[in-house]
Amino acid sequence: MEKQLALQMRGITKRFGSVLANDHVDLDVYRGEILAVLGENGCGKTTLMNMIAGIYFPDEGQILIDGKEVVIRSPKDAFIHKIGMIHQHFKLVDLFTAAENVVLGTESGEKYSLKAVNAQVAQIAEKYGFRLDPTKKIYDMSVSEKQTVEIIKVLYRGADILILDEPTAVLTPQEITRLFDVLRRMKEDGKSIIIITHKLNEVMEVSDRVAILRRGQHVATVNTSETDETQLTTMMVGRRISLNIERTKPVNPKPRLIVEGLNLYNTEGVHVLKDISFTANGGEILGIAGIAGSGQRELLESISGLQPVESGKITFYNPKKDRPVSFFHKSIKQVRALAEQGAFHDRNLNDVTFHGMSNKAVRKWVENGDVLFREDEIMNLRDKDPLEIRQLGVHLSFVPEDRLGMGLVGNMDITDNMMLRNYRKGKAGFLNRKKPRAQAEEIIRDLEVATPGVTTPVRRLSGGNVQKVLVGREIAYTPKVLMAAYPVRGLDINSSYTIYNLLNRQKESGVAVIYVGEDLDVLLELCDRIMVMNGGKVTGIMDARTATKEEIGLLMTKTEERKEEDA
Amino acid sequence: MSKEKKSEVREPLIHLSKRTTISPLKAWTIRLIAIVLGLLVCGLAAFLLIEKLQQNPERIGEFYQTFIRGSFSTSRKLWKYLKNTSVLLVISLGLTVAFRMRFWNIGGEGQTLVSVLGAIAVDFYLGGRIPEWILLILMFFAALLSGALWGIIPAVFRAKWGTNETLFTLMMNYVATYLVSYFLVIWVPSGSSSLGKLKYGKLPTLYNEQLLIVLTALFLTIALYIYLNYTKHGYEINVVGESVRTAQYVGISERKVIIRTMILSGAICGLAGYLIAAGSDQTVTTNSVGGQGFTGILVAWLGKFNPLAMILTAGLIQVLNQGAGQISQDFGVDNALPNVIVGIVLFFIIGSEFFINYEIHFRGHHSRANARKEAAK
Amino acid sequence: MNIWLGFLIDSLAFGATFIYGSTGEILTEKAGHLNLGIPGIMCMGGAGGCLVLNTIGKSGLPPFLIVFLGILGALVFAVFSGLIYSFLTITLRANQNVTGLTLTTFGVGLSKVIVSKLNPVVYLVSTRDYYHWPFAAEKNSLQLLGVLFFLAIIVALLSSWILFRTRVGLQLRAVGENPATADAVGINVTRYKYLATCIGSGIAGLGGFYYIIDYMCSQEAYLSVEALGWLSIALVIFALWRPHMTIIGSTVFGILFSLGGFITNISWIKVTMATTPLLKMLPYVVTIIVLVISSIRNKRENQPPASLGLSYFREER
Repeated sequence: MEKQLALQMRGITKRFGSVLANDHVDLDVYRGEILAVLGENGCGKTTLMNMIAGIYFPDEGQILIDGKEVVIRSPKDAFIHKIGMIHQHFKLVDLFTAAENVVLGTESGEKYSLKAVNAQVAQIAEKYGFRLDPTKKIYDMSVSEKQTVEIIKVLYRGADILILDEPTAVLTPQEITRLFDVLRRMKEDGKSIIIITHKLNEVMEVSDRVAILRRGQHVATVNTSETDETQLTTMMVGRRISLNIERTKPVNPKPRLIVEGLNLYNTEGVHVLKDISFTANGGEILGIAGIAGSGQRELLESISGLQPVESGKITFYNPKKDRPVSFFHKSIKQVRALAEQGAFHDRNLNDVTFHGMSNKAVRKWVENGDVLFREDEIMNLRDKDPLEIRQLGVHLSFVPEDRLGMGLVGNMDITDNMMLRNYRKGKAGFLNRKKPRAQAEEIIRDLEVATPGVTTPVRRLSGGNVQKVLVGREIAYTPKVLMAAYPVRGLDINSSYTIYNLLNRQKESGVAVIYVGEDLDVLLELCDRIMVMNGGKVTGIMDARTATKEEIGLLMTKTEERKEEDA
Repeated sequence: MSKEKKSEVREPLIHLSKRTTISPLKAWTIRLIAIVLGLLVCGLAAFLLIEKLQQNPERIGEFYQTFIRGSFSTSRKLWKYLKNTSVLLVISLGLTVAFRMRFWNIGGEGQTLVSVLGAIAVDFYLGGRIPEWILLILMFFAALLSGALWGIIPAVFRAKWGTNETLFTLMMNYVATYLVSYFLVIWVPSGSSSLGKLKYGKLPTLYNEQLLIVLTALFLTIALYIYLNYTKHGYEINVVGESVRTAQYVGISERKVIIRTMILSGAICGLAGYLIAAGSDQTVTTNSVGGQGFTGILVAWLGKFNPLAMILTAGLIQVLNQGAGQISQDFGVDNALPNVIVGIVLFFIIGSEFFINYEIHFRGHHSRANARKEAAK
Repeated sequence: MNIWLGFLIDSLAFGATFIYGSTGEILTEKAGHLNLGIPGIMCMGGAGGCLVLNTIGKSGLPPFLIVFLGILGALVFAVFSGLIYSFLTITLRANQNVTGLTLTTFGVGLSKVIVSKLNPVVYLVSTRDYYHWPFAAEKNSLQLLGVLFFLAIIVALLSSWILFRTRVGLQLRAVGENPATADAVGINVTRYKYLATCIGSGIAGLGGFYYIIDYMCSQEAYLSVEALGWLSIALVIFALWRPHMTIIGSTVFGILFSLGGFITNISWIKVTMATTPLLKMLPYVVTIIVLVISSIRNKRENQPPASLGLSYFREER
């Protein structure tokens, strides 16, 4: 059968301010095929597709449908040309039912009747093999159900060209399999499907052809059957890369953070962490692998005191042995009490009690650095909020997933963001910006942050630079435990390596690093041990030097429910 | 060449984009143009509304002069202008504290009114029975406490259950109004519901009656500028306002900051109430604040929540108010005219913000820009 | 007629003012715009209607035409005010609270300047009977249930039907909940926002007009329209953003608002003058309680529209 052209893009260019998002891109899509658009984060894949879907308007270039030039100014125009896009962030009205969302925005002469729409939605679902209750409200739905609504919404409008933006990012493996089945069925139905992704295995599995974008430019389009993952990687990143992260042997690993039997229910009452136990050692990187949403975020947040846990223990071993006592986080009363318990010794290993000494004398002795801790300090972190943890003197750093929504304040400048962690320092009610400013300058210099200056609001920086500011700040805090959730997400290769190196340097200096990642290759090369999470449980902890991708993949996906389904 | 023309037609007529930066000079030029345009439209409106102007169109010059005369022609008017601006400024400072935290407190009217009531209640019951200076101090605390109380109620519900504060504070304004009517009925049994000027509880005179009020407002402005920009509290307000999640992340208690800040916000409005009660009126009516709680919102917003800039915006709005008041006197129109005039000018200023925040590209912008580039080659 | 029944009908009639105001505000809020200009718009509607009636009141036009032109005058003035608000907040994306408050300042001021110059004999007295149709001849409070009262009920029911039972309503609610989504499915967000705000303003304007011409029929009436406008905004919360609920809510508000004046006239109930302000305060207190309870119960369907108060700009990144 002769292949029929459905959509052509000719010389499409789009700028955002000074950033060139798409640079004269040409692309063809045929009827009855699945085209994968492959590229690194930030290479302009989504921007390009948004121009077909009418979200953005191209600065230059033409779009042709069935050989005829068309103008797509709005999503409505896109629908007229039978183009439908399923965005990564679902565009659904939470308060409406599935059917109401599906019918939204359509115009038809017939009388509006929800009953009829419900029936039609059920019919489409059946035709392509979806499972969906048309009367369910969106806010009650799982991510996969929401995606189904999005796809049906597009099909209901009679779309012939479907664009899916990273559709698998949020799905479980079974859901991915089901989605791919549906996509193949639609292809057989004669529809053109464009799937945006950066996952090579999925490209190989589902697509007919692959278009590769790099830094806003179209590199090549190849037939999937004539290529392999290595070739695609090369085209995607521009040079052959091998992940060579320098990994040193952990020096003298000692337990730093011990979590035992942790259970957590979220605000909706869902049991999100089930009986989690693990140990993070100082001088070691512990990787956490798992499909997004398996409880990684909740785990890190409960350790850092952001989520009150149901049961379990979180114990921190503050490395204090043979280190001088200070008044930094302790009052003189607390120091005296600890001395009573025999927690201190002096330079000659004699016990220290402050019996009969004036506060002044005690203060002098301590400040001279002659009073030392006898053992590591064992601290319970459970049921403490972030402020209390800080006040205990626990240096716990956390690089959250949501950088500008949680880790940093977008509208504040770099200096003010530096202060976030320690603006409370000092007794006076006034802020001291001198030190944070120096720190900001240091980070900009050391991590090569591209910014006009320390007074630039961080939201104006690019993703990689934002992350450097955040990681830089968390490291500047001289952590004993450093937790990082997806720290390289959305970063280019260079910035990613900067981050890997930073983590490694922390590890070498004895910090217990916990790294939550999605790329298994990176996890295997960066970490010392890998803990796998699946559905809120720990399904395995293994040595990263001997484990294989397949083993981890299996632990990530194998669930009891799945067994039931397979049976 | 023909190809380029084609692409020109396909572009939408008007295309908007958000500006990342704009020079202050450009921004203020845009605002100034807006004010001038607004005043021109005011002139047009005046022709429609003022009969004396319809009969003698040449008096239009006088119309504009009166704006200035209303506030600056005599020293009495000037001082009245300064005093009114100061009270308005204090109220808007109170609101700004909350606005910085993205807490949309539109209850300034109620917070101020209830503190006038608080101060006058003390005056009414204790005036003449205790030394004047103790009375004044008690009135001061009564005012601040009442204002703070009015601020803390919506804050608690917002902090605990996320109750919409815009609607809550709006309702509190009217609760305050009827609370005042209630006390007036109790205090004035005759049924006239008019309390009249009380004998006691008057702030001491410093050079004249107004200077103390003006100085208080100036001092407060500077203090708040420092508080918001250079203290830990101010920093916390900013963080909570920008992102609640970030606040949690660094261990700032959102609830504590909301409640603490709304106490401050209410107390500052309380200070304004005290200035009204002890500084000039020595009585309370349901109209004691006269809508300044609402005007204060505009002052704060126009001043971009910057206390120093708000001196300017409060001054501007007060010039318009007082000038238009003078016009309604001189030209014999209803005393509601100032509202119309202020409204029109504000419409233009509000609209002008759009041109400061957004950039407008007309069709053909790119091809023209390209042509310019080529010509440069 | 039973004095209590009379009072109830009176409250019903009074409440129609709020039905107009709140229904108008609900339509606007459902499009995502908190219009604090409603009090000003109601005043403007009143002023517009009165201005027209003042011109045609003694012209001997047929009664239905006078009624119609009066309503038209109110609509034109109110929609004009709504257009100012729409242009600033929708096209120019200005802050909604600030714009609304300015509109109230402006509208209240302008209506006072206009109405204070009119002749009450012409615009009120000579046209009163037309608006009180069909009960104009009655001597008790029944005469208050005139044309505009029934129109209010119809408008409220019709608005509810459109909002919750039609495609247009679905799309309007989508615009207020999540404009980006509405935009992505091809709904013209700007057009919906303009239409909802302007139609809502028109409806609210009728409220002011009704109160002056029909319910109060007094020269001083225009001075109290602003307060009723704020009460209408409160009623929106009380009615949980459902226009048909405003019919019940407005009656409750009407009863509370006029109860004070009413019971002091009944000899066997002993109340002091001081009760009146407290009773008048009640609608606001009740509204606060409703607001608090609905936020504690946190039921999704009873919350304000999700994007209320936010401007929409498509290319926001």
